Amino acid sequence: MQKVSVLLFLTWVCFLFYAGIALFTTGFLLTRLELTNQSSCQEPPGPGSLPQGSHGKSGACWMPSQFSRVVLVLIDALRFDFAQPQHSHVPGEPPVSLPFLGKLGSLQRILESQPHHARLYRSLVDPPTTTMQRLKALTTGSLPTFIDAGSNFASHAIVEDNLIKQLTSAGKRIVFMGDDTWKELFPGAFSQAFFFSSFNVRDLHTVDNGILEHLYPTMDNGEWDVLIAHFLGVDHCGHKHGPHHPEMAKKLSQMDQVIQGLVDRLENDTLLVVAGDHGMTMNGDHGGDSELEVSAALFLYSPTAFPGAPPEEPEVIPQVSLVPTLALLLGLPIPFGNIGEVMAGLFSGGSDSEPYSSALAQASALHINAQQVSRFLHTYSAATQDLQVKELRRLQNLFSKASAGYQQALQNPQGTEETLRTVVAELQQFLRGARAICIESWARFSLVRMAGGAALLAAACFLCLFASQWAVSPGFFFRPLLLIPVAWGLTWAILYAGLSATTGSKLDSVILGAVAATGSLLPFLWKIWAGWGSRRPLATLLPIPGPVLLFLLIRLATFFSDSFVVAEARSTPFLLGSLILFLVAQLHWEGQLLPPKLLTVSRLSSSAPTCPPRHSGAYALRLGIGLLLCTRLAGLFHRCPEETPACHSSPWLSPLASMVGGQAKNLWYGTCVGSLVALLGAVRLWLHHYSNLKSPEPPVLFVRWGLPLMVLGTAAYWALASGADEAPPRLQALVAGASVVLPRAVAGLAASGLILLLWRPVTVLVKAGAGASRTRTILTPFSGPPMSQADLDYVVPQIYRHMQEEFQGRLERIKSQGPVTVAAYQLGSVYSATMVTALILLAFPLLLLHVERISLVFLLLFLQSFLLLHLLAAGIPVTIPGPFTVPWQAVSAWALLATQTFYSTGHQPVFPAIHWHAAFVGFPEGHGSSTWVPAVLVGANTFASHLLFAVGCPLLLLWPFLCESQGRRKRRQLPGGEAETRVRPEEEEEEEPLMEMRLRDAPHHFNAALLQLGLKYLFVLGVQILACALAASILRRHLMVWKVFAPKFIFEAIGFIVSSVGLLLGIALVMRVDGALSSWFRKLVLPQQR
Amino acid sequence: MKDTDIKRLLYTNLLCIFSIFLSIFIPPFFLDNFSVLETHLIWLCTCSTFVTAVNLLLYLVVKPNVSSKRSSLSHKVTRVLKCWIYFLMSCFFLHVIFVLYGAPLIELVLETFLFAVILSTFTTVPCLCLLGPNLKAWLRVFSRNGVTSIWENSLQITTISSFVGAWLGAFPIPLDWERPWQVWPISCTLGATFGYVAGLVISPLWIYWNRKQLTYKTN
Ligand SMILES: [Zn+2]
Ligand SMILES: [Zn+2]
Repeated sequence: MQKVSVLLFLTWVCFLFYAGIALFTTGFLLTRLELTNQSSCQEPPGPGSLPQGSHGKSGACWMPSQFSRVVLVLIDALRFDFAQPQHSHVPGEPPVSLPFLGKLGSLQRILESQPHHARLYRSLVDPPTTTMQRLKALTTGSLPTFIDAGSNFASHAIVEDNLIKQLTSAGKRIVFMGDDTWKELFPGAFSQAFFFSSFNVRDLHTVDNGILEHLYPTMDNGEWDVLIAHFLGVDHCGHKHGPHHPEMAKKLSQMDQVIQGLVDRLENDTLLVVAGDHGMTMNGDHGGDSELEVSAALFLYSPTAFPGAPPEEPEVIPQVSLVPTLALLLGLPIPFGNIGEVMAGLFSGGSDSEPYSSALAQASALHINAQQVSRFLHTYSAATQDLQVKELRRLQNLFSKASAGYQQALQNPQGTEETLRTVVAELQQFLRGARAICIESWARFSLVRMAGGAALLAAACFLCLFASQWAVSPGFFFRPLLLIPVAWGLTWAILYAGLSATTGSKLDSVILGAVAATGSLLPFLWKIWAGWGSRRPLATLLPIPGPVLLFLLIRLATFFSDSFVVAEARSTPFLLGSLILFLVAQLHWEGQLLPPKLLTVSRLSSSAPTCPPRHSGAYALRLGIGLLLCTRLAGLFHRCPEETPACHSSPWLSPLASMVGGQAKNLWYGTCVGSLVALLGAVRLWLHHYSNLKSPEPPVLFVRWGLPLMVLGTAAYWALASGADEAPPRLQALVAGASVVLPRAVAGLAASGLILLLWRPVTVLVKAGAGASRTRTILTPFSGPPMSQADLDYVVPQIYRHMQEEFQGRLERIKSQGPVTVAAYQLGSVYSATMVTALILLAFPLLLLHVERISLVFLLLFLQSFLLLHLLAAGIPVTIPGPFTVPWQAVSAWALLATQTFYSTGHQPVFPAIHWHAAFVGFPEGHGSSTWVPAVLVGANTFASHLLFAVGCPLLLLWPFLCESQGRRKRRQLPGGEAETRVRPEEEEEEEPLMEMRLRDAPHHFNAALLQLGLKYLFVLGVQILACALAASILRRHLMVWKVFAPKFIFEAIGFIVSSVGLLLGIALVMRVDGALSSWFRKLVLPQQR
Repeated sequence: MKDTDIKRLLYTNLLCIFSIFLSIFIPPFFLDNFSVLETHLIWLCTCSTFVTAVNLLLYLVVKPNVSSKRSSLSHKVTRVLKCWIYFLMSCFFLHVIFVLYGAPLIELVLETFLFAVILSTFTTVPCLCLLGPNLKAWLRVFSRNGVTSIWENSLQITTISSFVGAWLGAFPIPLDWERPWQVWPISCTLGATFGYVAGLVISPLWIYWNRKQLTYKTN
């Protein structure tokens, strides 16, 4: 039963991590559903007549247009106070002189000299205040979040209805110049465009000078209806110098000249809009939600006067208000998903400036706006349950009331201005309420949830650290470890559910999980707290040895720097190589590499470990160098992150089909197939070395015949895929059919192999005839059937020994070859043989999802892990009666290797780098409506290395026992080996390696070691995800948060989930072998008794 | 061990540090535009030469390991030749290690190799001077309880700190500060130099503080 509780305990720890990740994610990653509906001219947003004149004029849609052309000047990061007019200062107060104040003098002049022609607003921006999100908001009128669900991760193109789309469908010519982000967002939307790279934030002038070169000529030639210029200099100056720098004054003065120049050239039918997309902090950064970041300037100027009196102070408006305002002023439909509120003050009833008609125009603009927002809310809440139902219903009522009032006012032309005013106020109230509920669900970081999630993650890591210590301590019991926390967790969860049921609020599953996790953590924290003060030296509190702790800390620190996250593909191999060389150096330092005769005996004082070296000195060095070489070679398959333009991605990451030149293609194809064969050959050789290929059990037969078949299938599929275009036309159908069937066949073969392996994991050759008669003589000292586990423990080694003798005797009878017998028995490697077979069966379908040449990386992966396991085994002493432990450096190196392989299989933790083609392996025609199959395929491709290494994690525990066979042979001459277990002191001289059977000798220790291994691996992965979460939350104002930290967190989180599931599977597999072995022994013993 | 020994060690170490300063301040008298960062390769060569020269000088003057047996001229010549071969071997070995660590294979070969040379100068040359071309002695010194004198102890500390310095020097390379010293291999060579200097300073002090615990078994 202990096995089950080990698995359950690990599952519970994983649940703690998942709860933390989920809580953090819901606080940090704001999500929203993207609707693809479009507004159209012909289809009014709601019932009722459109305002008069809408259909009369040409180019007018929902409302008559007031301007036919617009010039939109976006000055990136134009904070409100940059544009704020500087009133002559009050006497007595010292004059404020800052580099960014009062530099936009032309705005001030216009506002003073032509108050009816210009408006300045303080526009409030919704976080995240990053340029791309702001551009989306400024064109769609919505609140873009980091994950707009339904958006295509591979490109940034906006799929929602937006101003640019409406402009193009109305036949307007749009000319764009400036930031090349627009190119990604609106591919092919501009009639003319001048893009400049926005990448280098230290370059203040390239973009601006580029725009200025084209701006006035374009303006003068008149071949445009909409002119957009996006200047980046102010923003880049902020990032480079901060706003308090003389350079900022220069930059703003330059912008001032631009505005003046534009104003001078403006014609009567043209509107000029000068807007900042967001503000900047005191340091010049943006991305977060501080007051300086969210206040941007918005300036409108028109050669024809705006209606109404100019306000005394600049009005405060939401930034998205610009979208419906521009749409209606230009006579366009408002974009479908807009939630902005039209700036009513800009609408007049036409030529006559009678108060009533302009009030009517304002009311109708607001009414159309409200109809559109109401339609959007209706559609959105039908598609998803994000928005609060109660609040939605209240808003609906408000809208119907206001709408009725508006219709009434229309019916009654003699109505006063007063009734219209109340209608306007009600409509505005509705629009503000609608915005508020959207903001509530889309645009707020929840600091409480973020902090809670991080705290849960930290507590779970803490728990792993302590529990991994307890697991190997004497007097450790599995059952209380599990029962108490689960009981606590359930209690708390029920309490919370009851509480929310009584208060009538909606049950949030994320909060429920977090409450349960916290509740179940409490007894542990209490236990640690209780044991804190008493007799615990620091060494037990921090069980990780110093150097490994240093490596871990360095690795965690790198998550907090965007440069290092971007460069992780290079820094991980560096750290891995350092850890490997450190291990080699440490082995040498401890004197475990060199035979003691080299180090003069007198040098070895009594404190030195007396354990003699198990290997020759060059052995570990060779392993280390080999590992470094493999790591370096794997690094050749490197994909560049987009942030480093100087870096060139490896050409080997493209599929062979894209290659031109038959000779090279054939050569590469041969190499890839060769690496497959080598992989297969290596695994078979390894199994053969430990004599696991002898028995007639089905899994062994599968390894002998099924694996080559899989290689054949893979090779054939690659041949088809790389040469599909060259096939003659009459074979096309056959090729198409084969490219569907072959990958599925390989995956099916792998699955059936895994099922066979699970069904009969013990692949031991039993010789029935002569063996049975001899066994009885050996077993005479033991009488009676085995009643308990202890009896079985006593019997099993005897059987094992007997079988060895028998085997040895048989071999000697055939040929008198002594030393062969040492390795010639498969029971000693029964666990690892199953693990390796399972891994290779997993690797083949995963390999199929990658491009052909990644097969070389998979070969390297197996080689690397083989070398690493040998190197680690050289450093891990096998403590014979137990407890068995896997040292921290082994687990850390394993996790580093997994990360390194993630990068060397051509991945990067950013969404554009995902290998989407994996979704079409075996499904060349696509998937129809199913979404989970492609998701699983792409996920398996992306997290292949996480899965393989997590499943293979138990090898870390098994390998030192496996390596014993080599070590022991050399040690045979040395006196005084370890004391053999209690039952058979007389057999000591036999000295045959028991290898993995030692684990069965001590089942309690075996289970504890598996538990400890799992906890340690979870800890190493858990601190990584914790560091990512902390980095993302601490640096949520950072320029790179949505580009680097947030994607890194998402990849790390999914990687953690995949790894933890893989770890559970791996440990479960070992336990399955163990169980099968027990029943196998029982079957063997029981016939002896009769 | 006596305090005079530690003092002698301190002086020799200070002389080594002085040689590094000389390599920075003497070349400007002969070369225009010399600076450690801009003409980095030249500085690497001069630094390596100066440190080697001072080490050899100290070896001839101080003779820390007095070998009693008189040796013939031919023996001496083979010994010197062997030292040369060992030095070159260590340069190539380090170069290979750097490439395995991720240094570019084809571009910047000269830079990488000179980095290997300077690191060999800081590590292999003192070993050769003190221990001679005797790999077993080297391996002994760099294992637990393997040192037999304060000279060897100092050698151990300076060598390890040079390697650690070079290792730490690699960390600023990916950062986006765009400083001239972040270019490969400048930060690493500077790190190695700082590590070497730190080791030279620390080792006499460390030996002085721990002089009670340090008991060397002489053979
Ligand atoms: Zn911006
Ligand atoms: Zn910016």
